[in-house]
Amino acid sequence: MLHIKCPYCGMRSQNEFAYGGDASVTRPELNKEILDSEWDSFVYLRKSLKGKHLELWHHISGCRQWFKVQRDTSTHEIFKTLKPGESI
Amino acid sequence: MQKYSVFSLIKNAFKGHKDWEVAWKDPTPKTEYDVIIIGGGGHGLATAYYLAKEHNITNVAIVEKGWIGGGNVGRNTTILRSNYMHDQNGLFYELGMDLWRNMSQELNFNVMYSPRGIINLAHSDAQMNVYSRRGNSMRLNGIDAVLLGREEVKKIVPMLDFSENVRFPIFGGLMQPSGGTARHDAVAWGYARQADSMGVDIIQHCEVTGFDVINGKIKGIKTSRGNIKAKKIGLCVAGSTSILAEMLNMTLPIETHLLQACVSEPIKPILDHVVTFGAGHFYCSQSDKGEMVMGGDLDGYNSYAQRGNLPTLQHVLTEGIAMFPFLSKLKMLRTWGGIMDMSMDGSPIIDKTHIEGLYLNCGWCYGGFKATPASGWTFAHTIAQDKVHKLNAGYSLNRFHTGHLIDEKGLGTKTWIS
Repeated sequence: MLHIKCPYCGMRSQNEFAYGGDASVTRPELNKEILDSEWDSFVYLRKSLKGKHLELWHHISGCRQWFKVQRDTSTHEIFKTLKPGESI
Repeated sequence: MQKYSVFSLIKNAFKGHKDWEVAWKDPTPKTEYDVIIIGGGGHGLATAYYLAKEHNITNVAIVEKGWIGGGNVGRNTTILRSNYMHDQNGLFYELGMDLWRNMSQELNFNVMYSPRGIINLAHSDAQMNVYSRRGNSMRLNGIDAVLLGREEVKKIVPMLDFSENVRFPIFGGLMQPSGGTARHDAVAWGYARQADSMGVDIIQHCEVTGFDVINGKIKGIKTSRGNIKAKKIGLCVAGSTSILAEMLNMTLPIETHLLQACVSEPIKPILDHVVTFGAGHFYCSQSDKGEMVMGGDLDGYNSYAQRGNLPTLQHVLTEGIAMFPFLSKLKMLRTWGGIMDMSMDGSPIIDKTHIEGLYLNCGWCYGGFKATPASGWTFAHTIAQDKVHKLNAGYSLNRFHTGHLIDEKGLGTKTWIS
């Protein structure tokens, strides 16, 4: 079982969290003309890295905050957790 | 090639089983092939087999980083079915069912094809309506489908929980009588043996480390056993697709996720169908050895680990016990995991790419095994003719751009949507 350190609540078991996908994806700016391909890539295309992966998790059965986790996708080791505004 | 039969078995028994030929050779890679298939799983082996058989292209190499039968072709829960509503899926998987029916004879290898029937349980009136719609769509495509009421399900699978006070009572189910199971290792070995006999080089323990692309055309691959040239290259690497795509500077509508399965200790015959839970993700069948074979949801986060975590397994087996209360008395014999190429709409991709001579076969999500023959057949056609067949035309890579998604269940990587 993964043990994830919520930046707000501390160390909790995986059961309390929901996964939110790749955190490096950024939504195209609001009210800006964008190409279909930019939207396409935001909605569908993912790097799906093997190794260190920055991802979103949701403390759904806890404080209900979203936050970022840096985790290795082949060993499941968690290196760091951050609040949404923070960067590595 | 030595033919397998009861006579060859008896003959070899008298000789102490010392004269069996190897099923496939262990060749050193040549410097150039007409076609290279990357990935020696079920789909890669089937592609090479159909390239040789249907298109007479035999100067083919299969490059596999592990060994034949060690990936998802040996990790799935062996279910065969074509119970899809959308035409693109129904017709494609039904080609697969036709190929499954004759596979043992065609490959001269007993794949233990067992059309025992698959039943999807329904737990509400609304779900019965949805199933009757899906069943009608299937029948319009020539696929067998039978809508079962509660009493009919009770007759066929009496050990389901039919008591009154359950959270998800059984209203009925949709059955595809021709669905069933096959022995997955035999499928890999059968295709490998036939492909090898027609001249295909099966190169194991050979990892792809890079690609040679010049002016938008594929020229060859770099591997741990040297460079190999080819004008046409097909990717059939399931959960490793994104790793190879990165080497090609491609970003795909794919994420690699972990899917677990497990078997119980063997028990006497109790279940002669494949049964799926309708209120969650759980499916169950009984193997010929007597083990209950079970699987369900993804672990839910990107992973290349090929081994899973307990919370998901616990969740899946909770559904299992809700369905079959007797499962709670059984001990688990084995659990294992495989890495899935989850596409964003839950449907696969078999297509050409923007690189000339590079072909893509990926996005199989939960259901790669049943597609093995149809995937190999259509992918071989796509490679040999350099154009997609009408049966895999819907599985295009650019459907995510054009909006022509095949949202059979709309699952994909985001299992929580359901």
